[in-house]
Amino acid sequence: MSTSTSTSPTTPAGKAADYLDQRTGIGGAVKEFARKIFPDHWSFLLGEIALYSFVVLLISGTFLTMFFVPSMTEVHYEGPWEAMQGVQMSEAFASTLHLSFEVRGGLLMRQIHHWAALIFMASIVTHMMRVFFTGAFRKPREINWVVGFTLMILGLLAGFSGYSLPDDVLSGNGLRIADGVARSIPILGSYISFFLFGGEFPGTALIPRLFTVHILLIPGLILAMIGLHLLFVVLHKHTQYPGSGRSDKNVVGYPLFPVYVAKAGGFFFVVFAVIALLAGTMTINPVWNYGPFDPSIVSAGAQPDWYMLFLEGGLRLMPGQTEVVLGQYTLSLNVLVPAVVVPGLLFTALALWPFIEAFATGDTREHHVLDRPRNAPFRTAFGVALLTAFFILILAGSNDLIATHFHLSINDITWTFRALIFLGPWFAFWITKRICLSLQRKDRELVLHGHETGRIVRFASGEYIEVHKPLDEHERWLRVGHEPRRPIEIEPAEDSRGVRRPGYRKDRLRQRVSRMFYEDRIEPVTPAELAAAQSHGGHDALPAADEHAQLTGSTAGGGTHLVDDEDTTRP
Amino acid sequence: MKALAARRHHRSAPVVLLLLALLLTGAVYAIAAPSSADAASATTSQSDIDAGEKLFQANCATCHGASADGTASGPSLIGVGAAAVDFQVGTGRMPAKMNGAQIQAAPAQFDQEQISQLAAYVASLGAGPSIPTADQVDASKGDAANGGAIFRTNCAMCHNAVGAGGALSQGKYAPSLMETSPEHIYEAMLTGPQSMPVFNDANITPDEKRDVIAYLEQQREGSAGGLTLGSLGPVSEGLWAWVAGLGLLIGAAVWIGAKSS
Repeated sequence: MSTSTSTSPTTPAGKAADYLDQRTGIGGAVKEFARKIFPDHWSFLLGEIALYSFVVLLISGTFLTMFFVPSMTEVHYEGPWEAMQGVQMSEAFASTLHLSFEVRGGLLMRQIHHWAALIFMASIVTHMMRVFFTGAFRKPREINWVVGFTLMILGLLAGFSGYSLPDDVLSGNGLRIADGVARSIPILGSYISFFLFGGEFPGTALIPRLFTVHILLIPGLILAMIGLHLLFVVLHKHTQYPGSGRSDKNVVGYPLFPVYVAKAGGFFFVVFAVIALLAGTMTINPVWNYGPFDPSIVSAGAQPDWYMLFLEGGLRLMPGQTEVVLGQYTLSLNVLVPAVVVPGLLFTALALWPFIEAFATGDTREHHVLDRPRNAPFRTAFGVALLTAFFILILAGSNDLIATHFHLSINDITWTFRALIFLGPWFAFWITKRICLSLQRKDRELVLHGHETGRIVRFASGEYIEVHKPLDEHERWLRVGHEPRRPIEIEPAEDSRGVRRPGYRKDRLRQRVSRMFYEDRIEPVTPAELAAAQSHGGHDALPAADEHAQLTGSTAGGGTHLVDDEDTTRP
Repeated sequence: MKALAARRHHRSAPVVLLLLALLLTGAVYAIAAPSSADAASATTSQSDIDAGEKLFQANCATCHGASADGTASGPSLIGVGAAAVDFQVGTGRMPAKMNGAQIQAAPAQFDQEQISQLAAYVASLGAGPSIPTADQVDASKGDAANGGAIFRTNCAMCHNAVGAGGALSQGKYAPSLMETSPEHIYEAMLTGPQSMPVFNDANITPDEKRDVIAYLEQQREGSAGGLTLGSLGPVSEGLWAWVAGLGLLIGAAVWIGAKSS
């Protein structure tokens, strides 16, 4: 059917769009995307910060590759930086100095790249926290959680490989630690180390290898993963916070076009601006201070970037006596445990969390409405405990700076953190769970009795009461809308004829996990409880008893009916 | 006043009050805090020994002994030389003010003339390193590149790559060198105060010491990249990335995510 006669475009832009549409069919995609609905909440923009800082990383990184020379060939520096004049260094380090001091805008680009990397990781972590604490990883988004987790690991690798490229003392120390960690792996360790470094550390092969990894392999993987991550977001539609009118079957928000195109497009420039502000005003990774790598040098305050600091902290906390010598063989548990085993366990728990929780709930329905963190006490407490562990490790990795800045003994700090790494997460778990349960109780209290108004009323009989203002229906829904989660019930071990039921052991494990999750719980107010509170709860609920009756469909007025002070029509 | 009274329940009133209180505290502190006195420099002369001995008997003999040969609470000063006295007293570490993990730098208690007299007295007790000449500590004659290499190999493991200081065991620390005078840097290398090892002239030659001073002087010119953030490395960078960077971005996100109504 010919459409050119009736609706052929007349404007130049229209003609161009039509030309494109007839050859690519892009119109359908634009129509689909333009109508995509996104809910409004600031925390949904955290992932966008990560995306945009990655774009900034690509732009600034491309600039850097034009001038950086990934070579370990030794040269003598001849350039404007006086404190390095004639010093022997690798070409990688020399080209970094050249990039910083001779290329116009080079230092700014280096600093933009590095600040963007720190922001990239920080925004990934905060985005993950949001997803975790709101339960956005539940069905159907488990796979996307794993994709996001993989992105975080790739981000760590990208950061570490890039950090090591300038071949300065500090990054060389980091590589030496990485080498040590690789060697601590039993049996395979020394082979892995020789494979990575192309021989004995540091060798001459590493910088070119890291360069390929950093500018080709990892960014390629990250791009592919981001594509998958966003594809899933489009497929699953966006989650939304609970509220009146929001369900697992709808999305309440604004269309992508024009509202979010403008908001998100603008946000990219905000992210770029903030990174440029940091890079324009604050020095980051001044490699000219650290000097060219020399395996014999370690300066005080040698730490990795913040996202690797937890590993450093683990290594600093672990007592050195745990190195075991078995005959001819040395088992470096002092490195293996803090740098491989513990992070491995923490990260595995994080990656598998959606599956662990699904196992505990036995829930196979789709969830598009987010949890309020208080309504999932075990999960929230577990997340806070995990964060506490990471935070303690980060502090332990900075123990020397804490010692100098707060005039403390580094030995005392280390011993304190050794205790805290066991007690801190446990305490954080306990207190968070208690706070969640208390907040749920508070929700129940509010729903049943309303907000305190501070208005005191005296009755003719001399009795005083405080008038409580009942919740409006939107607020009430927010506080009662979630469904109660209970430990799952399982079939008995044997059937009626005394035959052992297959699958009982698995069910029993599932029941145990489920009990751990949901044994302590506060259930939301049910309509029956609400009606009971209104009718028998005494005078507190009375000023708006009629509203309650309308909402819950029950009639109020079973109990004593007392006079509202504002009801002036009564005698 | 009426306008003020009407707004005292305003939502931002506590924040404004807090800011004002902080500002006031800061202003009062800035006015009230004692300013450090500048020590006037003076030339040393041999006849000061007697005056130095008097000062020593009055201020140092309690710990170091009447004849400076040491007691249980202070080491012998015979043979430590004028350089050690000039460093210890000139940086205010001596006379010691309090016990602790290590004796800390403080405002100097004596003026340069008295310090010279004390130094002359201690130097007269036995041969030891002398106070460096102005030429020996002249940063402009040093080679900063060589000084940097020496500093990284010998000093940076305690004092940090640019001399910002670092932690040692049991509450001891290597102090920041950002404010230390060239003479004191030289004397510290020569005499090895407290936990610091001695870098004698055979280990690091006088010319190399001057190179180190040149390198450290250069670090005070600030960083090419902007604020130094204390020259503490990735930890302070990470802190700023979270607090300033992510703080601003989350602020922007809240602004963008707020309902337009």
